[in-house]
Amino acid sequence: VYFTFLYFRYHSISWDGMNGVPHRGKVLTVDNMNPNVKRVEYAVRGPIVQRAVQIEKELKEGVKKPFTEVIKANIGDAHAMGQKPITFLRQVLALCSYPELLNDNKFPEDAKNRAQRILQACGGHSIGAYSASQGIECIRQDVSRYIEKRDGGIPSNPDNIFLSAGASDAITTMLKLQVSGEGRNRTGVMIPIPQYPLYSAALADLGGIQINYYLDEDRCWALDVTELRRAVTAARQHCNPRVLCIINPGNPTGQVQSRQCIEDVIRFAKEEHLFLMADEVYQDNVYAEGCKFHSFKKVLFEMGPEYSSTVEMASFHSTSKCYMGECGFRGGYMEVINLDPEVKAQLIKLVSVRLCPPVTGQALLDLVVNPPQPDEPSYTTFIKERTAVLAALAEKARLTEEVFNTVPGIRCNPVQGAMYTFPCITLPQKAISQAKEKGLAPDMFYCMKLLEEMGICLVPGSGFGQREGTHHFRMTILPPTEKLKIMLDKIREFHQKFTQEFS
Amino acid sequence: MSLLRGINPNLRNIRNSELAPLGMRAWQIKDELRQGARKPYKELIDVSSADPHRAGVKPLSFVRQVLAVCYYPQLAKSDKLPADVRQRAQRLLGTCAGGSAGSYCPAGGIPEIIDIVCEFISRRDDGVPSYPENIFITSGAQRAFVEILNILVNTLRSPITGVLTPCPSYPPGNMAVVMLGGAVVPYYLDEEQGWELKIDELHRALESAKGVCDPTVLYVINPGNPTGHVQSRKSIEEVIRFASEKRLFLMVDEVYQDSVFEQESRFVSYKKVLAEMGPPLSHTVEMASFHSVSKGFIGECGLRGGYVELVNVDPSVMRNLYTLMSRDASTTTGQLALDLMINPPQPGDPSYPLYNEETQYIRATWVQNVKRVLEVLNSLPGISCQPVKGGGYALPRLHLPPGAIQKAKEVGMLPDYFYCSRLLEETELCVGAGSENGQRESTYHIRLCITTSVDTMEEVLRRLTSFHIQFMKDFS
Repeated sequence: VYFTFLYFRYHSISWDGMNGVPHRGKVLTVDNMNPNVKRVEYAVRGPIVQRAVQIEKELKEGVKKPFTEVIKANIGDAHAMGQKPITFLRQVLALCSYPELLNDNKFPEDAKNRAQRILQACGGHSIGAYSASQGIECIRQDVSRYIEKRDGGIPSNPDNIFLSAGASDAITTMLKLQVSGEGRNRTGVMIPIPQYPLYSAALADLGGIQINYYLDEDRCWALDVTELRRAVTAARQHCNPRVLCIINPGNPTGQVQSRQCIEDVIRFAKEEHLFLMADEVYQDNVYAEGCKFHSFKKVLFEMGPEYSSTVEMASFHSTSKCYMGECGFRGGYMEVINLDPEVKAQLIKLVSVRLCPPVTGQALLDLVVNPPQPDEPSYTTFIKERTAVLAALAEKARLTEEVFNTVPGIRCNPVQGAMYTFPCITLPQKAISQAKEKGLAPDMFYCMKLLEEMGICLVPGSGFGQREGTHHFRMTILPPTEKLKIMLDKIREFHQKFTQEFS
Repeated sequence: MSLLRGINPNLRNIRNSELAPLGMRAWQIKDELRQGARKPYKELIDVSSADPHRAGVKPLSFVRQVLAVCYYPQLAKSDKLPADVRQRAQRLLGTCAGGSAGSYCPAGGIPEIIDIVCEFISRRDDGVPSYPENIFITSGAQRAFVEILNILVNTLRSPITGVLTPCPSYPPGNMAVVMLGGAVVPYYLDEEQGWELKIDELHRALESAKGVCDPTVLYVINPGNPTGHVQSRKSIEEVIRFASEKRLFLMVDEVYQDSVFEQESRFVSYKKVLAEMGPPLSHTVEMASFHSVSKGFIGECGLRGGYVELVNVDPSVMRNLYTLMSRDASTTTGQLALDLMINPPQPGDPSYPLYNEETQYIRATWVQNVKRVLEVLNSLPGISCQPVKGGGYALPRLHLPPGAIQKAKEVGMLPDYFYCSRLLEETELCVGAGSENGQRESTYHIRLCITTSVDTMEEVLRRLTSFHIQFMKDFS
C-alpha cells in the first residue's frame, strides 16, 4: 500500500511530457522490470520516514503543528541524535585526508603514527586511490589481530577477512553468493522474526526464500532451537534451506545470546547442514547485568575440531554502531570460516564487481581494531569518551524499559544490548479494524498517528516481522537522555489517549 | 563436502577481474622489492588502472582541506586553513544530520547536495533543467550502475535480458551485467577511426542477438574507457535515434567528462543532446547518465562518490528504484567530495589560485603524457596507438610476430597477457592486457593509464620501449 505522500517526491516534475507518455510506451515498466525489485521493502527508511521528512519540511515552512520538531527515533544513527564522535578517530581521519597536518603539533603523536601507517598502505599514499577489492592488506591483518585478541587467542587468518562498506555490504554479498537453484531447490535462508529488514529486502531482491524462525518474546526474545528445527523442517517442503542468519546482540530485540544458546545453534547448524551468518555489529553494546557478548567464532572453536573444522560461517562487524556510531563512513568487515577454496575464489571475484570498499571506512575500521593503548597519549581521552558513550546507552536502555513498563498496554522486554527497544503494544479492536479499513498494518496506523500528533517517528513492528496478531514498534534509545525522557513521556501520553480514543 | 558448492551460477560466468592474475603478480613483486629482492628496476610501476593518486598525481588541496575540517571540525577554529575552506566545511556539515560526517545520508542522497548536482548539470548543459527527484547519489557510479541494471535485467523472462556493450569496454560494467544474469552483446568500436562508435555496428550487434537474448539496454561510455574516444554531437544524436527506434534503455557512463584533452573534442552530455533534439525523442527516450568523483582532476577513486541522473523513467519504476537505493547508504565522504568536485573554488575565492594552479598542472600533464605516448609508441615497430582525445587510458595496439603468438599458446596464455606478463617480470612495469576489456578477434592491445605524473610516464615509456624492442627481436 502506498500513501499519497509518497508521491511528494515526484509531483513537482515540470519537464512537460514526462508523465504524459502512456505506460505502454515505456521501454522500462513495472511489468517488465526485474519482478524481484517490486517485493523489496525497507521499513527503516520506508513510508513513515518519508512522511516524517515531509512534516519537517512543513515545520520549516512555518506550518503550525502540535510540536516544534520531529524526533527521528527510527534509525540507529547515533550522531544524528547528538552523540559526539570519538576524538582520536576523527583526528586520524583528518590527518589521512590532509597529510600536511602531520606537521601540526596540535595532533598527538599516536594519531600521527596511525595516519602515517595507513597512508603508507594506500596507493600513492592517498586515501583517494582504489584499494584491493578485499581491502587494504595491513588493515585486514590488524582486523585479524583484533579478532584473535577478542577471542582469547584463537587464530584468525587475514586472508579470511573481507573489508566491506558497512556490514550490510558483506551480508548482501554472502547472500548473493549463496542464493541459487530452481523451484523446490531454491535456496532458503533462515532469518529471525523480528529481524533487521536488510535481510528480507536482500532476499526479496535476490529471489531467495525467506524462512522465518520466531524469537520467544515471553523469554526475553530468546532463540529456541526447537523453533529453529520447526522452521527448517517445514521449509524443506518447498525449498532448500542452506543458510541460518543470527543477529547477536539482536536488532530490533536487543537480546544478547547466552553461550549455551550459541553452542546449541552451532550444533543445529552442523546437524542441518546450514551456513551460519553471525551479524555481530552490536558486539560492544551490551548493558544488562549477567549478559556478555560471546562471538560465534570463539564458541565454535571452543567446541573442538569436530565443529571448528567443519561448520562454515561468516561473522560480520561494522563501524556504524558500538561506541563509534560512524554510520556515514561505511566501514566494516566479515570473517569467513571453513569456506571451500573454490567458493572463496568466486567470492573474491564477486567483491571485485563493486571495485573496493570506501577507503576512509577501511581507515576508520583500522582505528577501531587498533585503538590507543594504555601507554599512548590519546588513551585517557579515548577511554573516557568511549566509556561515557556506552554508559549513557546503558542508562537509556534501563530508563526506556522502566518507563514503558509503567504504561498499561505497553510491555517492554529488558534492552539487554544493541540500540533499540521493541515493546509489545496492545491495540483496541476498534483501532485494528480502522487500520484494516485504511489498508494499513495496525501498528503502522498507530505509528502514523503518533507521528502526526506528537512528532515522534518510530518504525512499526510490521516492518520487522512479528507473530500474527501481535503489534510492536521499534524505537531507538539514541536521543540524548533529556530528549529521551520527553519522548518516553509523550509516547506514554499518546498510548493512553489512543487506547481511550479507540475503546 | 562444502555447503557452498551450489552457489549462484551467474558468478562462474563472470570473467576474472582486472586485477587478477597480472595484478596479483604485481602486488607480489612489490612485496619482493620491499623485502630487498634484486631486480632490474628498484620500483614497481603499475599503470594498469586509471587511478591517478596511485600513479603519483596529488589530491586537490581544497578538497582534502575541506574533508579534514569536516572530519575534525576543531580545525575550523584556527586560521591556518583558508576562509573558504572553513566556510565550505561549515556549510557541508550543516547538511549532515547532527552536524556530523558520521551520520547516515538520507536515502537517495543529501538533499542540499542533490540540489547542487542539479545546478551543476544545468550549468554544464547550457540551461537544460535537471530535477532532484531524478538524481541518486551513490557510492561511486558503479553502485548506481549495478542498481539500475538490477531493475532492468529480468531473469524470470525468457530469453534473458541483453545489454549492448561496447568492445573494448570497462570490465566491471560487463561483470555487473553477467552477475545479474544478463547477456553481454558486444558492439565493436572502430579502431581505425579512433575507436568511433558506428551505427552500422550497433545494427549488426542487435541483429546478432536475435534468438539469443532480448536486448533492452544500450550501454555507452563517453569519453571512452579505455579507448579515449570522445563522441561528436552527431554521433550522440545517431545513438539516441537508434535507442529510440529499437526501444532500448540508454545507460551512459560519463565519468570521464572532465578528462578531455583536445580543444577540438569537446564533451557534450547525452542529456543535453537529447533535450536539444526536442520532442518526441526528448520526452520519450529513457536514459540513465552516470558521473563520479573517481576521475577528472579530483581523481578520488577510493572515496566512492558518484551519482546517476534518470531521464524519462516511469514514475512507478522510480519509486521502486528509490526503495532499492534506500537499503544501503552511500558514504557521506563521497557525497561531500561530489559537492567539492562540481562546485570548486571560483575566481576571487582565497583557495582559487592554488586550485587553478593544481588543476592546470594536472591538465598539462595529461596533454603532455598523451603527446609522449603517441610520439614514442607510434615510432616503434610493432606497436601503434590511436589518438587519445579523452578518458584515462591509452590503448595501443600490438602487432605481434607469429612467433610470439605461438609461444603464448604454448604457455597457455592469451598473447597480450603473455606480452604484459613478460613486461612485468622483466621491467617491473604493470600495464593492462587488452583482453580484459575485449577486442576484435586476433587483435591485441595493452592498456596504460595516462593520468600519471610526467616523470612516471617518461619512465613507463623508457621501460616499455626497451622491452618492446627486445621482445620484437626475440620473436621475429
